[in-house]
Amino acid sequence: MENLIDLEKKINSELTTKINKTSIKHSQIYVQIDKEDLIDVVLFLKTNKDFKFRQLIDITVVDYPEETQRFKIVYLFLSHEFNQRMILSYFINENEVIPSLTSIFPSANWMEREVFDMYGVNFKDHPDLRRILTDYGFEGHPLRKDFPLTGHVEVRYNEEKKKVINEPVKLEQNYRNFDYESPWEGTKYIKEISETNDKKN
Amino acid sequence: MTKKIKNLNLNFGPQHPAAHGVLRLILELDGEVVEKADPHIGLLHRGTEKLIENKTYMQAVPYFDRLDYVAPMNQEHAFALAIEKILKIDVPIRAQYIRVMFCEIGRILSHILNVTTQALDVGALTPSLWGFEERETLMTFYERASGSRLHANYFRAGGVHQDLPAGLENDIGKFCETFPKIINDLENLLTDNRIFKQRNVDIGIVTKDDALDYSFSGVMIRGSGVPWDLRKSQPYDCYDQLEFKIPVGKNGDCYDRYLCRIEEMKESVSIIKQCLARMEKGPIKAFDGKISPPSKKEIKQSMEALIHHFKLFTEGYRVPEDEIYTAVEAPKGEFGVYLISDGSSKPYKCKIRAPGFSHLQSMDYLIKGHMLADVPAVLGSLDIVFGEVDR
Repeated sequence: MENLIDLEKKINSELTTKINKTSIKHSQIYVQIDKEDLIDVVLFLKTNKDFKFRQLIDITVVDYPEETQRFKIVYLFLSHEFNQRMILSYFINENEVIPSLTSIFPSANWMEREVFDMYGVNFKDHPDLRRILTDYGFEGHPLRKDFPLTGHVEVRYNEEKKKVINEPVKLEQNYRNFDYESPWEGTKYIKEISETNDKKN
Repeated sequence: MTKKIKNLNLNFGPQHPAAHGVLRLILELDGEVVEKADPHIGLLHRGTEKLIENKTYMQAVPYFDRLDYVAPMNQEHAFALAIEKILKIDVPIRAQYIRVMFCEIGRILSHILNVTTQALDVGALTPSLWGFEERETLMTFYERASGSRLHANYFRAGGVHQDLPAGLENDIGKFCETFPKIINDLENLLTDNRIFKQRNVDIGIVTKDDALDYSFSGVMIRGSGVPWDLRKSQPYDCYDQLEFKIPVGKNGDCYDRYLCRIEEMKESVSIIKQCLARMEKGPIKAFDGKISPPSKKEIKQSMEALIHHFKLFTEGYRVPEDEIYTAVEAPKGEFGVYLISDGSSKPYKCKIRAPGFSHLQSMDYLIKGHMLADVPAVLGSLDIVFGEVDR
């Protein structure tokens, strides 16, 4: 943990203006930056001998449809040398184009394609920004919160046309989402009681 | 007179026995040499992450079995650990040993499948016949513990679903005695086999730097000589109390990766033995009635247990607002769960980091300049399972 505190200090002192916020949780370091500084920060953290975040683990997005800055872009990094993990993030608006990391990490290629496919976030200078997980000719971005769980189209083989066709989804029964959550917060003392119960049995 | 020669585009898959699932690989060939490979994935995409966002934490566990369906419990482990870290619950020691033991069984399951099918891809039939018999035995262990051969749904946040049935520990112990002989048999067939070596040595070489740049993990990075294993470097559950070695390759080719997998199986057997030796009777899930369902006996006697039971299976437990990334060393590499909870009983976001995704991505880099016949060998040594690549 001490190491992590040093790391946090070092990141803050080396990249003073580019870092918005840092925090330590679950023995990982969380760093918030601005979109414009992404390439600089990542390149620095990858090459600097004190950090060596040599591996990009994943890129993902969190969708907050109510916020004005709708998407939170999240990058997960790993430093083998110092055995540390870092979570880098920044917020963007819905139609913003963000820089691609493919020139720094070749593995960013598919990760960014996935982000584009699932959330519709566009990347600047990406060599090959195609959909990756969804079907050829798919419309919409499935992991956005406003995309329905059951989707828009279903696929079947049409005997007359002798080919596979897409049709609007027709469900015999709609997906039922019951709200089981009770507003009751519960009490705090239950834990001790159940422990004694377990010992008896 | 000059003749213009056009490169040939070859469509490999989506239905091809050597594609290890539903991979559509578009290869650009110059004669027999591969110039470019463009994998098209997503044919098995089921929207796991979207589904998990709409289920309670407990209901989300079975989706993890269906990712890497060759070693289901390893995936559940990552998810369980993520929730445990947010909720700050301790797992009873017996549950930790059970979980580690079944993770290692999963590792053996996965490695047998990979090693033998890789051999199958390059022309050796016998190893798969021998190996699959052992897999069947291991899957009966899964079945006896969880009730299901493949989709176990056994790990829970705070422990495991139920205790091991009587006699299972003994039988796993017996398996550990007989299994090393099977590994030796497999090695006798493959390790010094001339054909197997011709097809694998110096094929699909990955250098150390490239392994890092392409986000490789697990055997793919160890085969290239990077001694990195999350069980050692970032130990979870009781791995820090167990003794095991990390086999590391030298050349980073398909053959080294094969050797790593064989050695890892031997280490796994030793880990299982240690778990069995240290396992003592005791609770197998967290005490907290707000997270672990009560026993049937308690439900009949205690009103509070009944309420807990009802609330757990309707509302589920709530997880306070937090953001976490947890990774485990799955047989194929680093399997991670990036979880965002919002205080409700359903995850707000659950990103699954599958090792196979980054491994398959490097197909173009690995296969460029190799012959067409090397494609199955390289693909085999990547250890791809489409459940996790496509999610």
